[in-house]
Amino acid sequence: MIDGQQQTHPDWVRVGSSAKSRKRFSWTPYLFIAPNLLGFAAFTLLPLVFALVVSFADWDVISGMKGITWVGLDNFQRGLSDPAFWKAMRITAIYVLGSIPLTVILGLLLAVGLNGPSPGRGVLRLIFFIPYIVNAVAISATWILLYHPRYGPINAILRWVGVDKPPLWLASSDWALPALIIMAIWGGVGYNAIIFLAALQSLPEDLYEAADLDGAGVIEKFRSITVPLLSPTTFFLLITGFIGSSQSWGMINLMTRGGPGTSTTVASYFIYQNAFQYYRFGYAAALSWIMFAIVLVLMLLLWVYQRRAVFYDS
Amino acid sequence: MATTTITKPSRASMKSVKRQRLIRWLIVFVVLWLIALLFVLPFYWMAISSLKRDIDVFRLPIRWWPDPISTYGFERVWTGPHPITKFMGNSLLVAGSRVVGEVLTASLAAYAFARMEFKGRNVIFVLYLATMIIPHQMLLVPRFILYQAIGIHDTLWALILPGMFTVFGTFLLRQFFMGIPLDLTDAAKIDGASELQCYWQIVMPLAKPAIASLMILAFVWSWNDYETPLVMLTTESNFTIPIGLTRYMDEGGGISPSLAMAGAVSSIVPVMVVFLLLQRQFIQALTRSGLKG
Repeated sequence: MIDGQQQTHPDWVRVGSSAKSRKRFSWTPYLFIAPNLLGFAAFTLLPLVFALVVSFADWDVISGMKGITWVGLDNFQRGLSDPAFWKAMRITAIYVLGSIPLTVILGLLLAVGLNGPSPGRGVLRLIFFIPYIVNAVAISATWILLYHPRYGPINAILRWVGVDKPPLWLASSDWALPALIIMAIWGGVGYNAIIFLAALQSLPEDLYEAADLDGAGVIEKFRSITVPLLSPTTFFLLITGFIGSSQSWGMINLMTRGGPGTSTTVASYFIYQNAFQYYRFGYAAALSWIMFAIVLVLMLLLWVYQRRAVFYDS
Repeated sequence: MATTTITKPSRASMKSVKRQRLIRWLIVFVVLWLIALLFVLPFYWMAISSLKRDIDVFRLPIRWWPDPISTYGFERVWTGPHPITKFMGNSLLVAGSRVVGEVLTASLAAYAFARMEFKGRNVIFVLYLATMIIPHQMLLVPRFILYQAIGIHDTLWALILPGMFTVFGTFLLRQFFMGIPLDLTDAAKIDGASELQCYWQIVMPLAKPAIASLMILAFVWSWNDYETPLVMLTTESNFTIPIGLTRYMDEGGGISPSLAMAGAVSSIVPVMVVFLLLQRQFIQALTRSGLKG
C-alpha cells in the first residue's frame, strides 16, 4: 500500500548490519525523536502502566493516595461475573453489528453511484460528507428534535405516509437503540463513501473494458470486479468502524444517558459511568482491559479470516 | 497483440443499449438525490429551528418554515450569559497549539524514523505502532489521574499537551518521508548540510501535502472532540465548543430548542467554511490516513 516508497532505501527492518551503522555513534537521531518520544512516554505509556496498576485497586481518586486499597484480581473477577457489564457488551454488539456493516455497504453503493457522470456530483459528495465534520453535540441536539415523538419531523413524515402509531424513539426502550443505529449510519456513510470513491478511482480501467468486451452487465461487473478489488478498503473500513463504534460513548451520553432503563448502555458508556459518575476507577480500568482483550481477539479472528478472503494486488 | 475481431453491434441494439443507459443513469440520479434529501433534512431542521420561536418548534401541524423569524436564539448564543465567542476562542487556542505542536514533534520524529539509522529505532517504532491499537478510552481514567497529579486538570493544557505528541501524526509523516529520495538529502550532506538543515530545508518543503493533511485532520478532530473535555474540564471559562454547546441545551431545563439549534448552527459554520475552502485537501487527507494508516 505504501506507493512511491523508493526501492533503494532499505526498509526499517534492515538495521545494524549495514555499513552505514558502523559509522561513529551520533546523538542526532535521538534528539530528533526526543520531543515526541518524551511526550508519548508521559501521556500514553505512563497512563497505560497506570491503567494496569489501578485495575488492581479499589480507588475513588478523590480521597488521595491513602484511599487506595489493593484488591488483587477482584476487579477482574467482579467484571467477568457482572451481569450489567455483559448486558452492556450485548448492547454494544447489537449497536456495532447493526450500524457498521450497513454503513460500509451503503457507503460502497453511494460511492459507485457518485463515481458515474451524474450532474451535481460535487454537491452530492459534500452533502453526504457534512455529518462527518460536525461535532457530536450539534448532531445529537438536532436528532433529539428530529426524534421527538410528537413534534418531530420524522414522526410527522411517518404519520403522513400512514403509520398510525409511530415509534416513541428515544423515549422507548425498544426503539432507542435502533434510533441510535440510524443516526450512526447517517453519520458514517459519507466518510465510507469518500474512502471507497478514492479507491474506485484507482481501479484499473482495462479490467472493465475487458469485461465490456465479454458483454458483462453492470451488476456482474460490480460483483466480480469492483467488490473483490475493493476488498482491502472494505476490510479497512469494517475494522476501523468496529473499533471506533465500540469505543464511542459521547453520543450515548448526549442522546439517552444509557436509557431508557439501561437499554442503550453500551460497554464503553458503562465504563465511563463507573469511572466518572460512581468514582470506581479501579473497576472501570479493569473493565476496559477486559473489553480491550475481547475486541482484540475478535479483530485478530477477523484478520485471520481476511487473509483468505481479501484480495491484495501484489 | 492479438487481432481484435469484434462484430459490430447492429444499429437497433445500439439504440436500445443507449436507452438502457439513459434509464439507468436517471434512476441513479434520482436515487442519489433522494438519499441526499434525507441527509440534508437534519441540517435543514437545525437551521429552521434556530430561527423559530420555541413555541413554534413544538407546534402541530409541524411547520417547515420559520414564521415569524426569531433571532432570540442567536442573540442569546452570541451575547448571552454563556457567549459562544469564549468557547470558540478556547477551541481555536487548543486546536491551533495542538496542530503546531503535533506537526513539529511528529515531523522531527518521523524524519529520524524514516531517514536515519540508529540503535533502538525498530524497537521504539514497534512500540509506537503497538499503542495505536489501544482504545483511546482506556487512557481516559489514567490520564484523568495523571492530570490531577501534575495539576493540569481543568486547564486547557489537559487538551493541548497530549495532542501534541501523537503516534498517528508520526506514522502518517514517516510514510510520506520514506517516499522522498534519499539522494536529495545525501547530496546536500556532501555539500555540508546538517541533518537539521536537510529536515527543514529539503524534506519539510517537499512534504507539504502530507503536512497539510495532518494539520486539517488534527484541527477538525480537536475542534469536534467532546469526550476528552467532558472528562477533563469543569470550569466554564475553559470550555471548548462542543462542551460549551451543552450549556445552551441545559439552559432553562433544556426546553429552548431554538437556543440549542442556534448554538449548533454557530458551531458548525467555521468547520464548514474550512471544509469548503480546503475540500480537495481534506478528502486527500482522509484517504491518505485511511489507505496508508
